[in-house]
Amino acid sequence: MSTTISDSPGQTMHAAHGWRDMPDARGHFGPYGGRFVAETLMAPLDELSKAYEAARNDPSFMAALDTDLADYVGRPTPIYHAERLSARVGGAQIWFKREDLNHTGAHKINNTIGQALLASRMGKTRIIAETGAGQHGVATATVAARLGLECVVFMGSEDMRRQSTNVYRMRLLGAEVRPVESGSRTLKDAMNDALRDWVAHVDDTFYIIGTVAGPHPYPAMVRDFQAVIGRESRRQMLERCDRLPDALVACVGGGSNAIGLFYPFLDDEQVAIYGVEAGGDGVQTGRHAAPLAAGRSGVLHGNRTYLMQDENGQISATHSVSAGLDYPGVGPEHSWLKDLGRATYVDVTDAEALDAFHECTRIEGIMPALESAHAVAYAKKLAATMSPDQIILVNMSGRGDKDMGSVAEAAGETL
Amino acid sequence: MSRLAERFKALREAGRTALIPYLTAGDPHPDATVDYMHTLVAAGADVVELGVPFTDPMADGPVIQAACERALVHGTSLRNVLDMVERFRQDNVDTPVVLMGYLNPIDAMGLDAFSARAAEAGVDGVLIVDMTAEETPEIVPTLKQYALDPVCLIAPTTGESRMARICENAGGFIYYVSFKGVTGSASLDTSTLAEHVGHIRAASALPVAVGFGIRTPENAADVSRVADAVVVGSALVAQIAEYGEDRTAAQAALRATLGGMRSAIDTQDQNRQEARRA
Repeated sequence: MSTTISDSPGQTMHAAHGWRDMPDARGHFGPYGGRFVAETLMAPLDELSKAYEAARNDPSFMAALDTDLADYVGRPTPIYHAERLSARVGGAQIWFKREDLNHTGAHKINNTIGQALLASRMGKTRIIAETGAGQHGVATATVAARLGLECVVFMGSEDMRRQSTNVYRMRLLGAEVRPVESGSRTLKDAMNDALRDWVAHVDDTFYIIGTVAGPHPYPAMVRDFQAVIGRESRRQMLERCDRLPDALVACVGGGSNAIGLFYPFLDDEQVAIYGVEAGGDGVQTGRHAAPLAAGRSGVLHGNRTYLMQDENGQISATHSVSAGLDYPGVGPEHSWLKDLGRATYVDVTDAEALDAFHECTRIEGIMPALESAHAVAYAKKLAATMSPDQIILVNMSGRGDKDMGSVAEAAGETL
Repeated sequence: MSRLAERFKALREAGRTALIPYLTAGDPHPDATVDYMHTLVAAGADVVELGVPFTDPMADGPVIQAACERALVHGTSLRNVLDMVERFRQDNVDTPVVLMGYLNPIDAMGLDAFSARAAEAGVDGVLIVDMTAEETPEIVPTLKQYALDPVCLIAPTTGESRMARICENAGGFIYYVSFKGVTGSASLDTSTLAEHVGHIRAASALPVAVGFGIRTPENAADVSRVADAVVVGSALVAQIAEYGEDRTAAQAALRATLGGMRSAIDTQDQNRQEARRA
């Protein structure tokens, strides 16, 4: 088998049955994904699929997107060799893909720019979104402000408390933040309410889902918009190190930053792939948000995927110090990659993530989002088992400024 | 002939419109539901629709979401709901019961196990909100194999070709969602209803029920002009929420609310028959 590496991933390997051929025409990643929604949404989802297919094949749309990613988002983001962290761990070289340097401070805007341009193209005047940590809400409110679109962001009241700065940012950007008081008052409930709003306003409203979940075409569309992370990383690694990394590490809540990094590397089978779920208090305690580690297949939010659920099929409460990972499901493509063994899913606890947050902050001067700190925590463990001539690329998916309250609270301090 | 088919045949012969109340099973407590079902039948229900509580009822508005939460506090499971139907059947063998719910609890129980137990308990129809024929082709044949009618939704956004496919699969009756929204939210617009129901009648011989947004006796009477059945949910569930554990008061309120709709529909049905005779 040829292992020639080119800038175009997968060109020489598995062309016939590549890892990147999914989903099928109806949004299936093996047994996962699909479209499980109330009848009212079937026609709007068909309309969205058609509009997206047309847009992605339209050079003028893609050119507009590329221009925005460069001039507005600030892409390409660099890759950075975390030399002091690597030396301290004493194993593989740890590099960061600096998505924290994007406009609004996280990878989320890669997707909201794309979907908002699509919304405008479809003639929609109103944007809605769900948000957990608030990063997707801020990224949505930002592009809505720029394009002059009305914007409503649904956010669990518990998350609004944890992420009050982001709530204020969204309001400054002109968005209405609508508190969600149902269920666990977190991300999954915000998604329920956004879907309910969409059903009632399908004529003028575009729903910008923030992760690679939801009914088809969302998991594929959000992946495509986020795949810029992996495409850049692959090229940058070849330029800087003349080789691909030995391993990729990214945190997984819904999993959009992870799939964005992983996807362009899927056919590079020599690259190991690790997704890091939120272990909360530890998976064995039941207080966590790690459906790939401890869940089973089910249907929620329009797609089939691994879910945290009880024996009666009721969705379980989740726990993570990181609001952005506090979700009982996961993108269907991750479920499929897990079953096929192409990616390995692991988990780290709140305490390990907080330790990694502090260490990365103190010795690299980079304050990771608590979500990204999960990836850093696992990368440290993994690096220690590898040799210094090997490379791990970690997706630094967002900056930690939004988490000052949570970090202080965990340390028993008040701001 | 299924219990639903028999009931609709008898209603059609009598020139009457069916009234279908909805309750969330287990709200406010699992041991109240069977009594409430009998109360609804006594107040004029032709079919009882029983909601299976789910943590994430994404097609339901705040009233039914809250009902689901109240039922889940007591751990009401799909198996419990099927037991309730079995108990209801001990005293009522002719009122059809339709389960309405979301796919995941059925998925967790297993489609075959669920269908077998539902048939045994005396369930007549099953409406799975987030099931589509494209996604889960095995569901409709399995339900039919156990003589359960697959009740299907049609929405204002449903196009012609999908409508034909849905009607091909459906059994019992077609449930037309009267507006774009979740349960219990907007108020009903009857102006375009006749046209939509007409499209469905052209595609299917099954009775057409209309639901979502029916709150008052006037709404119910308006809908009965064009539909074969009127579904009312949130207006009843709101009464259960209001009276909580005062079950006597809750039952009185259910009787009054449903009874008012029954009278309004009956008057409308009689007027129509008289107009026809004249």
